[in-house]
Amino acid sequence: MPESYVPKEAIGHGDGGTAALAMGEAESLERAPAAGRPPGGEPTGKPRSLWSDAWHDLRRNPVFVVSALVIVFLVVIAIWPQLIATGNPYRADLAKAQEGAAPGHPFGYDTQGRDVYTRVVYGARASITVGTCATAGAALLGSLLGGLAGFFGGWWDTLLSRLADIFFGIPVLLGGLVFLSVVTSTTVWPVVGFIVLLGWPQIGRIARGSVVTAKQNDYVQAARALGAGNGRMLLRHIAPNAVAPVIVVATIALGTYIALEATLSYLGAGLKPPTVSWGIDISTASTYIRNAPHMLLWPAGALSITVLAFIMLGDAVRDALDPKLR
Amino acid sequence: MTNGGVRHGEPLLDVRDLRVEFRTRDGVARAVNGVSYTVAAGQTLAVLGESGSGKSVTAQAVMGILDSPPGFVTGGEILFQGRDLLKLGKEERRKVRGARMAMIFQDALSSLNPVLTVGAQLGEMFEVHEGMSRKKARGRAVELMERVGIPAARERVGDYPHQFSGGMRQRIMIAMALALRPDLIIADEPTTALDVTVQAQVMDLLAELQREFTMGLILITHDLGVVADVADTIAVMYAGRIVETAPVHQLYKAPAHPYTRGLLESIPRLGHKGRELYAIKGLPPNLTAIPPGCAFHPRCPLARDICRTDPPPLYEAGPDRASACHFWRETLDGGKEIFDGAR
Amino acid sequence: MAPGDPASVPAPEPLLEVRDLVKHFPLTQGVLFKKQVGAVKAVDGISFDLHRGETLGIVGESGCGKSTVARMLVGLERPTAGQIRYRGQDITRLSGRALKAVRRNIQMVFQDPYTSLNPRMTVGDIIGEPYEIHPEVAPRGDRRRKVQELLEVVGLNPEFINRYPHQFSGGQRQRIGIARGLALRPEIIVADEPVSALDVSVQAQVVNLLARLQSDFDISYVFIAHDLSVVRHISDRVAVMYLGRIAETGTGEQIYDHPTHPYTQALLSAVPVPDPEAREHRERILLTGDVPSPAHPPSGCRFRTRCWKAQELCAQVEPPLEVPTEFRESTGPAHHPSACHFAEERRVVPDA
Repeated sequence: MPESYVPKEAIGHGDGGTAALAMGEAESLERAPAAGRPPGGEPTGKPRSLWSDAWHDLRRNPVFVVSALVIVFLVVIAIWPQLIATGNPYRADLAKAQEGAAPGHPFGYDTQGRDVYTRVVYGARASITVGTCATAGAALLGSLLGGLAGFFGGWWDTLLSRLADIFFGIPVLLGGLVFLSVVTSTTVWPVVGFIVLLGWPQIGRIARGSVVTAKQNDYVQAARALGAGNGRMLLRHIAPNAVAPVIVVATIALGTYIALEATLSYLGAGLKPPTVSWGIDISTASTYIRNAPHMLLWPAGALSITVLAFIMLGDAVRDALDPKLR
Repeated sequence: MTNGGVRHGEPLLDVRDLRVEFRTRDGVARAVNGVSYTVAAGQTLAVLGESGSGKSVTAQAVMGILDSPPGFVTGGEILFQGRDLLKLGKEERRKVRGARMAMIFQDALSSLNPVLTVGAQLGEMFEVHEGMSRKKARGRAVELMERVGIPAARERVGDYPHQFSGGMRQRIMIAMALALRPDLIIADEPTTALDVTVQAQVMDLLAELQREFTMGLILITHDLGVVADVADTIAVMYAGRIVETAPVHQLYKAPAHPYTRGLLESIPRLGHKGRELYAIKGLPPNLTAIPPGCAFHPRCPLARDICRTDPPPLYEAGPDRASACHFWRETLDGGKEIFDGAR
Repeated sequence: MAPGDPASVPAPEPLLEVRDLVKHFPLTQGVLFKKQVGAVKAVDGISFDLHRGETLGIVGESGCGKSTVARMLVGLERPTAGQIRYRGQDITRLSGRALKAVRRNIQMVFQDPYTSLNPRMTVGDIIGEPYEIHPEVAPRGDRRRKVQELLEVVGLNPEFINRYPHQFSGGQRQRIGIARGLALRPEIIVADEPVSALDVSVQAQVVNLLARLQSDFDISYVFIAHDLSVVRHISDRVAVMYLGRIAETGTGEQIYDHPTHPYTQALLSAVPVPDPEAREHRERILLTGDVPSPAHPPSGCRFRTRCWKAQELCAQVEPPLEVPTEFRESTGPAHHPSACHFAEERRVVPDA
């Protein structure tokens, strides 16, 4: 076998090979526009990966820009509520119970005379924590189990898919009321755990399907023919090509998980005082909706905006990452 | 078809200076840049080209099934039986489509509805366009399936598309296209997805039906072999333009455009084991940046200064033939040596 | 080597010997408790040799099992039965380290340049991956240079090393796929329809490239395609497959100019010839019907359901793949293995 890969006559050989070298700068189009694909769509400039392509799209999408700004703001006040609310969310002044807006207290007071504005700001922490942690947990568990089921198939697949079906079958609210009513902890973790438990099958199914699709690609076969092991095929070839749909579903799920936490808290099964939560405040306020609607409107508005922002972000990410899903 | 003396009368379809562009994120892709061709009743025009040459886009524009956006017809006329289709309203256009002109696609499986039986899909044509009763339409569907050579048509009329083989599905597509006796059939790579032995059967069927109903046929393909077997006239497309048109025998005997010549030289032949193939150098151009002058000049062994600046018009290169090459005469007579030299 | 000259068949010891290779895909029913109800007999007992530096073309229509053969050769499918002997060693029994070592020497080029390259990896990572899997071939520091050399060998600009596959055209991508196949300096490359997804004008470039690489690096090819003209152009020997079996095999000249099996004759006669003069006086054998399902192949000769010569005997006795009796004495080009009871020579390809 020759020492080097470059036989002398290979360079400057007058055949098509080197001609393509010369022509290489002009990227071309060989795919038929017949497939409904606009011709000439290949970028010519710098290398662009899926992520930079997606980022390029996202930056130009006003829906993304608006929802991202809202979310950044929410995350910041979830971490440092003191930045915009100097009061104490627990300080009660019964004399001012249910009073409307006053200077320094733009949202008014609640039944116990606590400042609604401060409570709305502090409530973001619970919602954001539950949303992000539950999503992270469900996404990790779901993509791990779903991915393994999709990759190995056979018994693994049957077992994990049936397991997912069982969890799918649990009615969310009923399950929440039953499971969480026996929990006494006042932290967010039982709620996060419950949502993860019920949320992973949805993400798992998406991950499974997307791994099965990616697995069939010729480049995975090519890696196998080279002698690549399972780990390399999964991490290097399948995961990067299967992750986009998972991210999309997870982002959209985040919004719904926040809404779910509020619903559970409203029903008394979710977070419990003294945790400050929009759901709990909405629940308390609903009794007094005729006398003091402001107590309900502000936390409910904050919740709606938050859920909407995450769902819109999910939509924008989906459009950017997976044009085929549109 | 080609028994010499058949004179084709008034053209059935007369495409004049058609222009189509696709507006994409990466710029405007000029997919069709002034294409003109005519098809007469009973004539077969083969449009030959590689992917991206604009051959399918032209056909989609003629059929009125261009995806828009991103595709837009930006100029020209499509005269069909004397009427300019581009000036018709949506509803009138729809009536022409299917009834007067029909299309056959490459991929029969994805062109047929998977959840309806073939009988229902064929019958629907008659129910919708001719107001037949379901029962009567079903009967016509069976007749059609028999006509296109599907064995045991009566038993199979209730089958779904996936229950048929590729060749049979393509026959069903042909049956659907023929159902309303159109005057013009556009077949876009009709046999590309089929095996050779089945390919021959389907092409024969298509040619036979065309003769029987004296239809015009536009055959869009990249396969120089299929073209030689059935076409009367050939239009070769490159980068959205027709670069050469000629009667089939003349084109194969002596091509008048270097691109055509290159294609003919570059295909391996069944009859002998060749040595090195002639290969057209480089790649087809990006349609968002078509080279100035003659679009083929970066790949052409004959290219000179004029080719880089002046786009060649379609020169008349003999009776019934034309070539968009400044040096068509040279290509026609002496090109061979130049191509051998470039090898 | 002189094409079609049986005397020029190189080296007595074949590089690869395939013997009675079988691949059946089980057909199952039931979700939880799967029950085998039959089998798709994709490959049903085929044998051939591959010598050093030669090209064996395998042709056949879709469903004949040619791609399954390719996948078994490179270890993507495990054969149901039979042997694949590489340098005398049966590789179907190997696993682990030994299999990995053999795989280095048998590489594959895929059909579809759009799906065979990982879109998330740069060209440099794609071509360099073989070195990561087989680190003994090239030390880490050397790899980038090696990848650039490979790019040059296949006619691409070495500066493209950091680009992504979608920035290339189909023909360029196929060159990248070929460079990946070459990286480990294999002795055998199995190419499954390597040019059929490419445009006509680009096909010739890639065919020429494959031919040049063969002579530069002394590679043996198993070239699988449905395009009979391309196979003739590139192959020294050709095997025609039908429904999981080899119908006829021989040198290019023997198969194309002196076919004796009716299926080969029908296949060759159906190929559209790029010469309008030929269409009037060309003899075409039009087969009726479709290829039967490989789950239920016909008894006896598999081609008999579409064959115009079929007789009672064909349904009862499967014709063996050997030189037919009538040509056994002959020294002419008809003297080659053909699995037909009624083999006779018939010229169907017009002279070029």
